Amino acid sequence: MEDEVRIPITSDADLVPARAEGRALANSLGFSRTDATLIATAISEVARNIVVHAGCGEILMRPQREHDRYGLVIIARDAGPGIRETEAVLERGYTSRAGLGLGLPGARRLMDEFHIVSELGKGTTVTMTKWRFRDELERLRDKRHRRG
Amino acid sequence: MSVAILRERDYLIASIQSDLTDAEVLELRDTLSERVGRYRARGIVVDVTALDVIDSFVARSLGSIAVTARLRGAETVIVGIQPDVAIAMVQFDLDLEPLRTALDLDEALTLLDRRTQGDGEDGG
Amino acid sequence: MDFENSGVAQPRLPAPAIETSLLHELIAYLRENRTNLREQWVRRITDTRLLRVMTPEEIFSEVTAVYENYVDALETGSVETLQAYARDLSERIIPRGVETHEVLGIVLLLRDVLARALFVKYQHDTDLLTRILDAYEPAANRIAVTVGVSFVEERERVIREQQEAIRELSTPVLQVRERLLILPIIGVLDSPRARQLTEQLLSAIQSNRAKVVVIDITGVATIDVTVANHLVQAVEASRLMGASAIITGLSSKIAQTLVDLGVDLSMMKTVGDLQGGLEEAERVLGYRPMAKGASASEAAG
Repeated sequence: MEDEVRIPITSDADLVPARAEGRALANSLGFSRTDATLIATAISEVARNIVVHAGCGEILMRPQREHDRYGLVIIARDAGPGIRETEAVLERGYTSRAGLGLGLPGARRLMDEFHIVSELGKGTTVTMTKWRFRDELERLRDKRHRRG
Repeated sequence: MSVAILRERDYLIASIQSDLTDAEVLELRDTLSERVGRYRARGIVVDVTALDVIDSFVARSLGSIAVTARLRGAETVIVGIQPDVAIAMVQFDLDLEPLRTALDLDEALTLLDRRTQGDGEDGG
Repeated sequence: MDFENSGVAQPRLPAPAIETSLLHELIAYLRENRTNLREQWVRRITDTRLLRVMTPEEIFSEVTAVYENYVDALETGSVETLQAYARDLSERIIPRGVETHEVLGIVLLLRDVLARALFVKYQHDTDLLTRILDAYEPAANRIAVTVGVSFVEERERVIREQQEAIRELSTPVLQVRERLLILPIIGVLDSPRARQLTEQLLSAIQSNRAKVVVIDITGVATIDVTVANHLVQAVEASRLMGASAIITGLSSKIAQTLVDLGVDLSMMKTVGDLQGGLEEAERVLGYRPMAKGASASEAAG
């Protein structure tokens, strides 16, 4: 896809461009200022999770255009040690040894969809999506532009 | 570092100029802690107007600036949290209680004056 | 013919090469017979009971203008003038309740009236009639689309404006006095509305430099756990921006619900009714002498 964005994460300094890119992409998809901030904040959390638990990895951001809604899909993946109990990590109040347990549950609350797949010794992939519903007028205008 | 730290009477005013890396956030925490001791400051104002994301790490670091400063006799007030940033912050299950907040610098200085002039036994 | 810069998507109809002399003949005929053809058109409009909200004089005046624009568009191949007129017309007739089907209906009627006139004039020469219709039909269809789309676009604009107005009315944030806002919530409080309300409240805090906000929920009948949490978050977010929130009008039923749901209300400052809430707010703002104990409760809130 032409507007997929890929950001390598190797240190905490990479969180700054990851947040900025996420916000820019959210803006271009027509998300509100508040939603763009929620998305940028969630990206920050999953990116930091990579730095702290795996050392390095990457963030992929990809728009998903559907008839009645637009989505921004964020994928955070690393080849780190993996997480033993993904459910426990997402529970309220769970804190890992690095004291960063709030990040993932927080990110989950900021987004509409959140999935985590992790295998010990293989790595972790977090996939999360924020949706924006398009009203009828917007769809109508879009259709007309495409035809013209 | 993209943070300007000024002294105003007994207070330190840290004005964040742009998005910060985690390392810069920790540096700010340590610098403020050191300067509170050096200048015997009674209050700290951290202006976060320029931050368009305050995630759990930054929020926790601001909290730890406040707690550390209090142990050394200074109150901390955060100013300039933007509406969308506030909405994101309350989604986290963080204890934001240690964070005292004000709308802007003027308000923060008024609040600090009231607290440092014997009217603040409630302490929090 | 070039319709590219008309600003409206045009259907891609095959555009046959038009013999200039033929087109001129067609246009001249439509102009010479304008009085008769316009009358036929008005009669058809009245017969089909379209535009009933308009007076016969109004219909005649609009019909005259549309007819001239229509023939001009046929002649020049440019729909811009017609489009501008259609937008202007739509702006005038939308508030009076003219519907999309009526606008499309009258344009199609004109197309039919003219096609029939051409048929009558050229029926003796089938070959010539075919060539005339080849030239006429695509242009007439483009004109119909232009008028229809202009009307729909104008309607969309009106609907958007109305939606904005309704949204603002449904959650007014009122400034009572300097630095004091009231947010009266009335009606059904669901999740999207609670979210929108929080955003509105927070930006009002910023633009009015508010220090205290009174959220009055007297007009809210029921509340569920999701909405209750939104409320808690709105209060907390207000505090992060430097404003303290006071909730008023919490009915005993809602209070009981919140307790049953286990919502943590310890962070919320609540006062029985709006009047009490305003008095409390003014005290926080320092308009009245502050008791020592009251200062402590402010810090805890």
